[in-house]
Amino acid sequence: MCDTCGCNITPGNKHLVEAGGKLAHSADGKAAVDVLHGLLSENDRQAAHNRDHLDKHGVLAVNLMSSPGAGKTALLEATIAALKDELRIAVIEGDLETENDAERIRAHGVPAIQITTGSACHLDAHMVHDALHHLDLSQIDLLFIENVGNLVCPASFDLGHHRNVVLLSTTEGDDKPAKYPVMFRAADLLLLTKSDLLAVLDDFVPARAEQHLRRLANAAPVLQLSARKGAGLQDWLDWLRAEIAARREARQKFRAAPKLSGVLK
Amino acid sequence: MHELSVCQALLAQVENVARDNNAQRVDRVILRIGPLAGIESRLLQDAFPIACAGTVAAGAELVIEELPLVVRCKNCGAETAAAPNRLICGVCGDWHTQLVSGDELLLASVELTKS
Repeated sequence: MCDTCGCNITPGNKHLVEAGGKLAHSADGKAAVDVLHGLLSENDRQAAHNRDHLDKHGVLAVNLMSSPGAGKTALLEATIAALKDELRIAVIEGDLETENDAERIRAHGVPAIQITTGSACHLDAHMVHDALHHLDLSQIDLLFIENVGNLVCPASFDLGHHRNVVLLSTTEGDDKPAKYPVMFRAADLLLLTKSDLLAVLDDFVPARAEQHLRRLANAAPVLQLSARKGAGLQDWLDWLRAEIAARREARQKFRAAPKLSGVLK
Repeated sequence: MHELSVCQALLAQVENVARDNNAQRVDRVILRIGPLAGIESRLLQDAFPIACAGTVAAGAELVIEELPLVVRCKNCGAETAAAPNRLICGVCGDWHTQLVSGDELLLASVELTKS
């Protein structure tokens, strides 16, 4: 799905989606109005607004997605413990019910906003917008959005975040990317979690998980880690540091660029 | 599943079109959806009448046109058909491809009766 404008129309598919004139008539004489709008354009508009808001404050927003129980909250706990003296972190938690995850995060001394979605199986840009208003973005470097545990629906909704990190735990099948292509195609980083269990699991082959990811034409890095044992955490932390550095650099370049309006007379 | 949320977003757009065109009734809504949009057409068909009940689009027909999944190879340049979990080049087998078509989720057109 289109991440920016929601229109989904590219020079490559234009010929497939265009039909007739702006105001054509159907065979039975009804007025037919061509629209060609992304169905989620309202969500995408809100997501763009969220991203502007985050960019203005130089916050890197990372959307964590996985099936329930893959270890998103455990990963956050380990990440906060490792980085809290280095970066100012905040978390938005998405769950159908309970404040449990937000309480786990707050116990580590960082702000956490819990969104309870009721029966909704995903977060959307409007829910995240409401949560952003409960955070002081000027005091945050890194914002994690822990999406609802679900490998299907969250992939369809842009939240205004900058990076998608998808977790696949070793107790799930290594063919999950082949089974849930929409989700794994959207990953900017794939984390194979609970790597300490690989020694006792004979049916999860990390190379096979990576192969399934590549078949989705996704070049995202694949890292193995165990949040509980700490193995492989350094590579993940370095990835986060590099993303934050890249975001800061882009922001400085943007600020340093001469304003065009003063040049064009 | 999220098809009902998608349906509600769809309905909001359809209602706007109906209002802008002084429509009395919406007769048909035409969508174009690619296999990688993450939307199950059958579930959308089930959700649509529920979302539309009591609105200007009540009773409207939902037509879903499925778009093909096509990738362009960055290695050999070929454009080939692909499957949702196999987006590799159909000619040389390279996985460095770009999606040409297949992730669209579009409201294509709305047919209506004007007052």
